[in-house]
Amino acid sequence: MARTIQSLERAAAVLRLLAGGERRLGLSDIASAIGLAKATTHGLLRTLQQEGFVEQDPSSGRYQLGAELLRLGNSYLDVHELRARALVWTDDLARSSGESAYVGVLHQQGVLIVHHVFRPDDSRQVLEVGAMQPLHSTALGKVLAAYDPVAHNEVMESDFAAITELTVTDPAEFERGLERVRARGWASDVGETWDGVASIAAPILDRRRMPVGAVGITGAEERMRSDGALSPRLIAAVRDCARSVSRDLGAGRF
Amino acid sequence: MTDAHDDTSGAPREYIAAIDQGTTSSRCIVFDRDGRVVSVEQKEHEQIFPKPGWVEHDATEIWTNVQEVVAGALAKARISKEQVKAIGITNQRETTLLWDRATGEPVHNAIVWQDTRTDALCRELGRNVGQDRFRRDTGLPLASYFAGPKIRWLLDNVEGLRERAERGEIMFGTMDSWVIWNLTGGTEGGVHVTDVTNASRTLLMSLRTLQWDEKICNSIGVPTALLPEIRSSAEVFGTARGGALDGVPVASALGDQQAALFGQTCFSVGEGKSTYGTGTFLLMNTGPKAINSYAGLVTTVGYRIGDQDPVYALEGSIAVTGALVQWMRDQMGLINSAAEIETLALSVDDNGGAYFVPAFSGLFAPYWRSDARGVISGLTRYVTKAHLARAVLEATAWQTREIVDAMKKDSGMELTTLKVDGGMTSNNLLMQNISDFLDVPVVRPMVSETTCLGAAYAAGLAVGFWNDVEDLRANWRRAAEWTPQMDAAERDREYQFWLKAVKRTMGWLDEES
Ligand SMILES: Nc1ncnc2c1ncn2[C@@H]1O[C@H](COP(=O)(O)OP(=O)(O)OP(=O)(O)O)[C@@H](O)[C@H]1O
Ligand SMILES: [Mg+2]
Repeated sequence: MARTIQSLERAAAVLRLLAGGERRLGLSDIASAIGLAKATTHGLLRTLQQEGFVEQDPSSGRYQLGAELLRLGNSYLDVHELRARALVWTDDLARSSGESAYVGVLHQQGVLIVHHVFRPDDSRQVLEVGAMQPLHSTALGKVLAAYDPVAHNEVMESDFAAITELTVTDPAEFERGLERVRARGWASDVGETWDGVASIAAPILDRRRMPVGAVGITGAEERMRSDGALSPRLIAAVRDCARSVSRDLGAGRF
Repeated sequence: MTDAHDDTSGAPREYIAAIDQGTTSSRCIVFDRDGRVVSVEQKEHEQIFPKPGWVEHDATEIWTNVQEVVAGALAKARISKEQVKAIGITNQRETTLLWDRATGEPVHNAIVWQDTRTDALCRELGRNVGQDRFRRDTGLPLASYFAGPKIRWLLDNVEGLRERAERGEIMFGTMDSWVIWNLTGGTEGGVHVTDVTNASRTLLMSLRTLQWDEKICNSIGVPTALLPEIRSSAEVFGTARGGALDGVPVASALGDQQAALFGQTCFSVGEGKSTYGTGTFLLMNTGPKAINSYAGLVTTVGYRIGDQDPVYALEGSIAVTGALVQWMRDQMGLINSAAEIETLALSVDDNGGAYFVPAFSGLFAPYWRSDARGVISGLTRYVTKAHLARAVLEATAWQTREIVDAMKKDSGMELTTLKVDGGMTSNNLLMQNISDFLDVPVVRPMVSETTCLGAAYAAGLAVGFWNDVEDLRANWRRAAEWTPQMDAAERDREYQFWLKAVKRTMGWLDEES
């Protein structure tokens, strides 16, 4: 059998003990139940407490499981909840940018569009909720790959297919691009997925600053660029929107 | 969102604030001149269920929350009260409160629109004529939903209240009146007013004169001394005194559904919207003509701008839609948040044969049956909680279909698209269901908070912040559209099942109980 780490085993024993019943337990109860010295047990509890896995009742001094542990179990954010929270802000993004807005999440090897707001002109548009987009060429995909390690694995194992002439097909070059995304806090796609179409996207983070999705806008290159570069005003609008949704996710239950 | 400090002109930017005193929460939203949301603050209040079928709110808690959300919204927008040109009020309708004129204390919890305690009273008031006794004059059937009978219940059941009311010591108001009276100073000179849209939900106002109908007040047993003055929906009622908005004109009041009609800019005859919140309410503008309904809708005032002619509307009211989702979350514990109903529903392909008719407060339009109670039909061992989640969402869509059918009968107009708003519009599956069951496109506008927007628009018009309704129409933008994808035969077959399930809700309560 492989070597195991004793203190982790002991911490697991403490957690199991606290998970066993409804009652809160005092230090000596815990120490005697797992057969350790009080000082050792106290050290374990203090570390677990720092991580939020254990909480101590201030009046009685007894210990119980912490909220963080409960969160670990169901930490995944429901995509429909994400859409509900993003609604107001993405409406405003589409309106202020004049382009269509999207929210995407990682799904299998691609980006699943979970929310779409039409471009605010009177043209006929089709709702794209449920559509899949590539990870390696879209702004939404690059944001996910840059911030979410699982998305990063998926994209690095993909075939980097050339979708247009401008698609980045070299994994090393793509990886350098992700570093820029992380440094700037946003990603772009200029003609890499659709000819003549540009996108800008930024990450949506939850209360633990974990990436739960990406939000962005997509539109004709001519409108999205000013003086040869992507419009700073549009970049700011996308980042503001991402921040607003993230801030909303940091606040309790809907 | 727009940054309040990001002005290029140098002059401080100007805004309108709207207060939405709703059924589940109170919120305040600050809008800029383009009708864009600058900030939102919201706070839920307690739902009090003293007995089956009874629903109450603590009006003191509500007033405290209103003050908090106003201060919060201004702080979030980082603007001063001098930049707020007017306040608009919109509110849950029909919810009834009586308070002491001298102390400002409510004499009882507010009785909420969903409350059914006045069932028997309404039957008694119908005498030999029945439910439609006051319909010609008020546009409404005698149902526990409306405010008048709730006032009568309070007068009959709160010790000594009728005597105090007759001595003129008591004020009645729906939540618009309560908020405006408190905002404008309360016991220190607060104005006691309501607007035509709210007054049109009491069963006490004549739809033609837009004044309290003394004869009907008498028949229902409500002394007119209690009643606020009926004003238009958009005019300056007074100015706020004290608090975060001290000195700002209070310039509009509309019931929430009428406010949404206004916020969706349904200013022409035949334009309508459906708002998906706690309940669902489909209103259609019928212009200067009050159309009598023979298909189970109600006739109501849509809005009235200052001294212009009133605009009437036909309304289909559904008591329970989003509330059913809340029930799945809070009472059944099957989901953790309202939005998760979609995740659960999408884990199966159909309803598994189950139909859920949420007649929790009886059935409203087009049936008006207070003896009905909720039913789940078509159960077999095959049915899972996921199928029920489907049935929950489909219930909202089928109820909409029934209203739309009635609307067609009464108005003779065919619906070509349905404009929607409200919290449930973030549910993609539901919006698709509605489009499928109605066989028309469903369109969501870019500001889903149309209730607040409507109140803001009306207040802005009253103080000249906006010039006319055409200015406002230009702000309307399509945010999303769902198109029908359902096979016609399938639709008809499922509708028949729904209608059968509806029949099974009726007659559950005996007449006497
Ligand atoms: N994604 C969703 N799917 C289904 N129902 C939802 C979803 N999001 C919100 N809801 C429902 O919508 C309702 C809230 O919407 P909204 O805030 O428009 O309600 P409301 O009736 O206006 O509330 P109030 O009366 O307090 O103003 C709740 O009943 C909730 O259950
Ligand atoms: Mg509302």
